[in-house]
Amino acid sequence: MQSKLRAARAAFPHTVPVLTGYVFMGMAFGMLLASKGYGAGWAFLMALLIYAGSGQFLAAGLMAAGFDPLTMALMTLAVNARHVFYGISMLERFKQFGRAKYYMIFALTDETFALLCSARPPEGMAEKPFYLAISIMDQCYWIIGCTLGGLLGSALPINTQGIDFVMTALFVVILLEQWREKANRTPALIGLFASLACRVVFGPQWFILAAMAVLVVVFTLTRRPLEKQRKEGAA
Amino acid sequence: MTTMTPLQTLLAILIMALVTLATRALPFILFPAGRPTPRYVVYLGKVLPFAITAMLVVYCLKDVRLTAAPFGLPELIALVVVAGLFLWRKNSLLAIAAGTVLYMVLVQAVFI
Repeated sequence: MQSKLRAARAAFPHTVPVLTGYVFMGMAFGMLLASKGYGAGWAFLMALLIYAGSGQFLAAGLMAAGFDPLTMALMTLAVNARHVFYGISMLERFKQFGRAKYYMIFALTDETFALLCSARPPEGMAEKPFYLAISIMDQCYWIIGCTLGGLLGSALPINTQGIDFVMTALFVVILLEQWREKANRTPALIGLFASLACRVVFGPQWFILAAMAVLVVVFTLTRRPLEKQRKEGAA
Repeated sequence: MTTMTPLQTLLAILIMALVTLATRALPFILFPAGRPTPRYVVYLGKVLPFAITAMLVVYCLKDVRLTAAPFGLPELIALVVVAGLFLWRKNSLLAIAAGTVLYMVLVQAVFI
């Protein structure tokens, strides 16, 4: 117990940026979900079981549209597919984690992944309790934020029309962040134009499915030049 | 006001939770002994995330109608503010918060 407490104390300073981000975005999510008629209890449950930022924002919209399991599964897959590649980089690290490995895998969000990559335990401290503390604290911040937002959203008499835009703003900011890296620009532009074209051709209902298929085909066909570009960008 | 029964809501949450978990657990299932990942998969893993972010922006704006008033103006104005603030102050949370509040004001009070 003593060593776990020490690990938590060592891990906490690393998690402060995530604390700010998760409480803020969690609150925005809770309020968005409340605007769809789902109160703090649902926000809490989603933060506990789903635990994915962008995924939950999409989920709020989908839950407002009615029960459609296939669309829900596909959209969740689309928005969270990137997590597969976090797992690939953590295969080795999690090997010595015993049963805690399963929680570490479940809790592998963008921000936690980034912390697991950058934070190092202090001299003499084992990796496992330190990284486990990071993962647990991050999820606690998210649960607190989501639940608080749900409570506020249901209690405050504010007009929440337009709050959905928080999701648009989130993705635009992520896109701009990725844009800084030159090698990411061609894939981003391909994604943008393929999605726009699919939206025009297939309409708002079906374009996501079409766009995902088109993207895989386009990236398979352009693999040679794109890989060359990435290599040159890295050099 | 909700469009689903509590049971449907619970099911929906469980489905989305399972799919999310699957995306995180897949590598550990596919490459248990640290077998090398196929290069094609690694390549897709590098390029797809950026394309998907762009796709999600389009998804968020999929219901904007450019042919009828207000012609997507509230979205355009708020997007410019989000991008401008982010590039100027390098602060994601500030850009997201300011852009969202501005958009809410625009659709509630300006472009009614």
